[in-house]
Amino acid sequence: MDIELQLTVENLLARYVHALDEGRLEDWPEFFVDAGRYRITTAENHERGLPIPVLYADSRAMLRDRVTALRHANIYEAQRYRHTVSATLVERDGTSAARATSHFQVLRIMDTGESMLFASGRYLDRIRLNGAGGKPQFEEKIVVCDSRRFDTLLAIPL
Amino acid sequence: MPPISSEARTWPAEGLARVPYWIYQDEDIYRREQERIFRGATWNFLGLEAELPAPGDFKTTFVGEMPVVVTRDGKGRLRAFENRCAHRGALLCIKQRGNAKEFACVYHNWTYDLEGNLTGVAFRRGIQGKGGMPADAKPETEAPRKFRVASFCGLIFATLSEATPPLEDALGPEIAARIRRVMKEPIRLLGGYSQMFSNNWKLYLDNVKDTYHASLLHSFFTTFRLNRLSQKGGVIVGGDGGNHVSYTMMRTDTGGDEYERAGVRSAAGGYRLEAPELLESVDEIGDGISLQILGVFPGFVLQQIMNSLAVRQVLPKGVAETELVWTCFGYAADDEAMTERRMKQANLIGPAGYISMEDGAATAFVQRGVQGAAERAAFVEMGGRGVGSDESRVSETSVRGLWQAYRRHMEL
Repeated sequence: MDIELQLTVENLLARYVHALDEGRLEDWPEFFVDAGRYRITTAENHERGLPIPVLYADSRAMLRDRVTALRHANIYEAQRYRHTVSATLVERDGTSAARATSHFQVLRIMDTGESMLFASGRYLDRIRLNGAGGKPQFEEKIVVCDSRRFDTLLAIPL
Repeated sequence: MPPISSEARTWPAEGLARVPYWIYQDEDIYRREQERIFRGATWNFLGLEAELPAPGDFKTTFVGEMPVVVTRDGKGRLRAFENRCAHRGALLCIKQRGNAKEFACVYHNWTYDLEGNLTGVAFRRGIQGKGGMPADAKPETEAPRKFRVASFCGLIFATLSEATPPLEDALGPEIAARIRRVMKEPIRLLGGYSQMFSNNWKLYLDNVKDTYHASLLHSFFTTFRLNRLSQKGGVIVGGDGGNHVSYTMMRTDTGGDEYERAGVRSAAGGYRLEAPELLESVDEIGDGISLQILGVFPGFVLQQIMNSLAVRQVLPKGVAETELVWTCFGYAADDEAMTERRMKQANLIGPAGYISMEDGAATAFVQRGVQGAAERAAFVEMGGRGVGSDESRVSETSVRGLWQAYRRHMEL
């Protein structure tokens, strides 16, 4: 096993979920390359080859638009996430990229005090190892949710 | 205090201009709705024909809370029957979808054909002359109930009642024409998902029919001038009041400052999209209507938001819980660019939709807000106190239409 590669990817994933869970939404697009793709789908759609996403962006600009909308346009009750990412399998993809598959769980904590298991699933990532500033960045992140059912709304990205 | 029986409930004297809050809270009302509305003289949406293209294809879904199997039989006809075994009442089909020649209840292996007829009772005559049912037993008397099934433009509806008028009559000509407009050619399924709402099912229906809220709650619309009420559009109420269609014409915003002067939250800011390709749409129907939301009582919505096409099925899951099932589609003739466009515009809809994520939150706010106010009522006088079509969407006419149809079914 390439331990350095494993740690590089796990560190990227850790920094990614810390940013989301601390509410640093503005940092979220910076984890992607300029033409980075981000898509949330369900296991059912994924397995049936059905393309419709729950959320989809094919550029960092679209991710920034999502943040602007969440900050200034969309209405949702105050809430936080707590991500747990585990079982990350990594393989090198050429000299400067890697593919990773991880499990995730997201608890959603409402301002009213209610906590619930909001989502679980897999991250299917393609990672450019020498992105901006020499740091690894996502070229593609597909979030495959285990369930097709979402409670009320999905505001903060997974 | 003992619960008030639904028979003792009386609608406020103001009529359709008020909606009493017990209507969203009362368990007895909820049970009566299952019987009089969902199992009564209404057409319930079950899915798209495109979900069941081949003989033997089936899916399971619900009419109200009643589990239902929908099939295409060996002759290609659509069938629907209760998903309940004649024997002990277990689900006779436990899969979401698939293809089958027959169904076998897992509990005691009683079998059914694609029309829902009981075709086999395991060990009916016993084994080696012992056990089995009496010779005169007629378990068919408890067979799953069959629905009348009708399809319009590839949309499958079903009713248990013989009293329900033919589907197209129940839709009414204006609503039928607006369905034809979107379902104009063969479709291709693009996927789906569902949302759980912590509110009574009627609050979602009421939300869909409320043209007044759209640009006020959904500020993404207003910020990018997608649907300001100053744009050209209207609302048509059809059927017995329970069906409606609201629509907006493309890029006809007068650019006036009505929103700014009204101090509407959603008008402030002037934010711009960095990636406006999200909203690049094609007038594929060719009539300049960029947005059409169509509702059929009691639980169907057809949506065209630019090039984002979807059907939504409203399923009650208890007095204060509702599942909204979305199925998105395109046309069979779509090219890659159109599919990509529909994928991008899918950002507008669903649980993470720029212009739909607020709906389930707002309706749950009502459910929570009226918790101590069963005897109070919602004030619904935008656009007057009656039911009719309106050129203005600053109107609650189709909301009142919903309650007109509802009260007739419920005899309230």
